[in-house]
Amino acid sequence: MRVEFADSMIKFADTHPQMVFITGDLGYMALEKVQHKFGGKFINAGVAEQNMVTVGAALAHEGFIPWLYSISPFVTLRPYEQIRNDACLHDLPVKLVGNGGGYGYGIMGATHHNIEDIGALRLLPNMRVYVPFTASDVEQSIEQMLADPHPNYLRLNQGAKIKYEVAPFSQWRKIKSGTKGTVVGTGPVVENICNLDIAADLEIWVVSIFPINNVPLELIESINATQKLVTIEEHSGECGLRETLSYHIMNHLHGPIKMLALSAGGYPSGKYGDQKFHQAENNLGGEGLHQQLQSFL
Amino acid sequence: MNKAFSIKKRFLGMYKAANAGHVGCSLSVAEIITFVRFNWMNDNDEIILSKGHAAASIYSMLAEEGILSEDDIKTFYKNNTYLAAHPPVNKIKRVPFATGSLGHGLSIAAGLGLAQKLKKSDKKVFCITSDGEINEGSTWEAALFIAHHNLKNVVWLVDRNRLQGFGPTEDVMKLEPLDKKLEAFGFNVIIAEGHNFTSLEEAKNKALKSDIPTAIICNTTKGRSWKLYEGKLDSHYLPMKDDHYDVILAEVEIDYNTQISKL
Repeated sequence: MRVEFADSMIKFADTHPQMVFITGDLGYMALEKVQHKFGGKFINAGVAEQNMVTVGAALAHEGFIPWLYSISPFVTLRPYEQIRNDACLHDLPVKLVGNGGGYGYGIMGATHHNIEDIGALRLLPNMRVYVPFTASDVEQSIEQMLADPHPNYLRLNQGAKIKYEVAPFSQWRKIKSGTKGTVVGTGPVVENICNLDIAADLEIWVVSIFPINNVPLELIESINATQKLVTIEEHSGECGLRETLSYHIMNHLHGPIKMLALSAGGYPSGKYGDQKFHQAENNLGGEGLHQQLQSFL
Repeated sequence: MNKAFSIKKRFLGMYKAANAGHVGCSLSVAEIITFVRFNWMNDNDEIILSKGHAAASIYSMLAEEGILSEDDIKTFYKNNTYLAAHPPVNKIKRVPFATGSLGHGLSIAAGLGLAQKLKKSDKKVFCITSDGEINEGSTWEAALFIAHHNLKNVVWLVDRNRLQGFGPTEDVMKLEPLDKKLEAFGFNVIIAEGHNFTSLEEAKNKALKSDIPTAIICNTTKGRSWKLYEGKLDSHYLPMKDDHYDVILAEVEIDYNTQISKL
């Protein structure tokens, strides 16, 4: 999604001259064209993310729309208090962009992964978290973020490639219908279910903006009809989709509902590999996912 | 100095009515705030009190210029007030950001300074930090940023009272030689006597001639004029006793009369 992100920055720079681009010293072979386009409004804030976020908040206070870019944990968890105090409490349109949410940085290791970002940020006041599903979601999500006068976080990853048609970017999207179970997921990891044969009989939904609210009636009806709910996220289930969805549907359920919550549990073996390796270790992909679904359904 | 006396008198009254601590922090920074607001900055410039625990001093300054009313001031520390012990979010003109968590203010100033540079505005940004908060890594991140981008429109004033949360700065986390450190970071460093208006005026004149960002290390005394606790940690935490208010005010008067006699 990084290519689509850079292209979108260049596209919207013309229509939104108040945009300022700030990188935490990252972007080699990715942001050179953005740097050229933004000129004096492209700032490399160095490896100093706390300062970068507060500088962004102050720029937003002065009418700019700052886009702050880094690897996901470095732009979310490192400057967390700056995000809370300076951007969120003051409700300023600071746009955080984290590349490689989840296990996106694979073999780079645990310090470069982020399986806590959605949960950590969605609970901050005024913050809205955008999680594109496909690569083509990126431009649409950025367009919505530009129209959103609040602090935002954009979680970039490898875009999902699935055989089903995907509706334009929005908080809730139904990917396909089904009767044997209802899947609700966030982010590109949902493709791992979409592409399984077993998915033919499943209803699949993707949620792409947090905090969630107003769960669609059609989704609740599906859960009540199938009585089997699967959640999938490349993120900790604690404070993740698993918890927040459970809360929001709790009062709308009829009868007993079985739930299979698939989430990122960290590093069960203590070993590292590419993104697919970590997904498989956590039953978010590969044979483990298939077996979990088969025994649940 | 009349304004400084009025500002000190008002915030001492606030602390007394609230039976609150942080008296020494405001006594330390009062002349710096007064000088910046009434002898240096223009009305549309920004002043960031990064040491938000001295909020009463800036509330009193805002009352002095009519932004807060005396009725507002009476709500300090009470339930249902905007005037919390640290400056609030989005509620008071001339307080663009809430402060209180140390180490944010210089980055706020950096961002506001950068914004003016991008807008080609001549607005200036004054940032007052404590010395203890220079422990914070974010303060050094901001210092690097301000110097690198040559944000001459940012003036950093350090309230150098040499006491921090649980001890003297040089015992807790040595800052000296602070001037050399800030110089090495790329600042025009000026040493001033932070309770002395003549010294602050001289610092201002030196700052105005600089082609690089200025940092003024203002040597101060925590709890200035509160003789019982002057230069002691107690002045940070303890509220005044009933008879302290008059004693401190009398000392402030002596202090200012001495300054006037030397003019």
